Amino acid sequence: MVLLGRTFRKPENLRMYYQAFMRDLDLLGYNSLAIVSVISIFVGAVVTIQTAFNLDDPFIPQYYIAIATRESIILEFSPTMVSLILAGKVGSNIASTLGSMRVSEQIDALEVMGVNPAAYLIAPKVVSMVIFNPILITISMFLGLVGGYLASVGGVMGVDDYIYGLQLDFDAYHITYALIKSFVFGFLIVSISAYFGFYVKGGAIEVGINATKAVVASSVAVIVSNYFLTQILLV
Amino acid sequence: MIEVNGLKKGFGDRVILKGIDADFHKGRTNLIIGQSGGGKTVFLKSLVGLHDIDEGEISYDGVALGSLNRKERKDLRTRMGMVFQGNALFDSLTIEENVTFALNMFSDMSESEKRDRANFCLERVNLKNVNQQYPAELSGGMQKRVAIARAISMNPQYLFCDEPNSGLDPKTAVVIDKLLSELTEEFNMTTVINTHDMNSVIEIGDNIIFIKDGFKAWQGSGEEILSTDNEDIKDFIYSSEIFRRIRNK
Repeated sequence: MVLLGRTFRKPENLRMYYQAFMRDLDLLGYNSLAIVSVISIFVGAVVTIQTAFNLDDPFIPQYYIAIATRESIILEFSPTMVSLILAGKVGSNIASTLGSMRVSEQIDALEVMGVNPAAYLIAPKVVSMVIFNPILITISMFLGLVGGYLASVGGVMGVDDYIYGLQLDFDAYHITYALIKSFVFGFLIVSISAYFGFYVKGGAIEVGINATKAVVASSVAVIVSNYFLTQILLV
Repeated sequence: MIEVNGLKKGFGDRVILKGIDADFHKGRTNLIIGQSGGGKTVFLKSLVGLHDIDEGEISYDGVALGSLNRKERKDLRTRMGMVFQGNALFDSLTIEENVTFALNMFSDMSESEKRDRANFCLERVNLKNVNQQYPAELSGGMQKRVAIARAISMNPQYLFCDEPNSGLDPKTAVVIDKLLSELTEEFNMTTVINTHDMNSVIEIGDNIIFIKDGFKAWQGSGEEILSTDNEDIKDFIYSSEIFRRIRNK
């Protein structure tokens, strides 16, 4: 909480913070696009195939497979699983970068210059992730459903049934729910990882240890908060 | 001028600084010497406010550091420059970006003015044509000079250097010493240097503070240090074979 308090203080120079924000947007958000896209397409396809396998009954209409795929991807896979993947990728990046800066005294150098290191180094990361995570999750939802479509084209179910099922009884609130989750997860991943990186003491080994702790702690935070958010938003 | 009264600092049960009184003069090269692990770096970092002190007072030109609010402390820091032991250059930025970092953050200079200032600082430390290189592409001595150039970019009133010669060959160390001494005079700064390099002590030590076991054991000039009767100082200086030979001659 103390670190968050230091993070969200008035910036010394907005232009410098904006530059840092754009750099972090590229590093943490845009650079995650490829892995999120690949995973989403393939998981979407696999979810469709597995659902089709489990609903292989002449009394169950095929479009139910598409409904199940849609709900799995929008409610859980995209917001939660993709955030867990990002907790590994982005969390380790943030913790190791800040940790290296701490042990090489770069954070002290900022402090002596009169710059608030917590604000300059962490705030742009938090803002960029909070903004870009919902975008990534939206792209993931879309590509997950495209993956399901490709599976249907591959013959696992009828393409028309798949498209019909995607649209049937669609509740837009589920998208809102997913985006709220991704917003919260983005904040948790960055703030927890930044905490572990910012307060590293020691050398290279401690940077590695804290990067691992950051990934574990932010993953656990995502999973636990997922439960509470679901309880609050869906029940 | 920086004045220190009764400075105490510890970490947990371990007390590092046990009540130090000292003063560092303007326009002079002030050295803090002592054995490794004796608390020199803790003392220096306490001076700049990187460590919160347990007891005592540090004042900059009569203004107590502890009495400053956050904004005043920030303002004071823009008048400080510091060269860290490991240089602490921002490794993802070019040399020019390193030197202009504080200017970008705090000054209203135009881009060309900032570039001119960076070139001036880099030339002042005898570095040319390195603006677009990254710290990792430079030698240790060159990185040290960049760190000095960055430290003087804001025209500081106070310059702090933590072991500026560590890891440098003797010839480069002499160049860095000379440079720091010249800059101190040229910009009329209060320069405080942490060192255990006896060559620096004799070459550039205007005002030397010797720290032992958390206390100030001696204070004097570069000339006085060789003729002092203080046993702790003698023990420190003449632990080196070279200095023992010089004394015996």
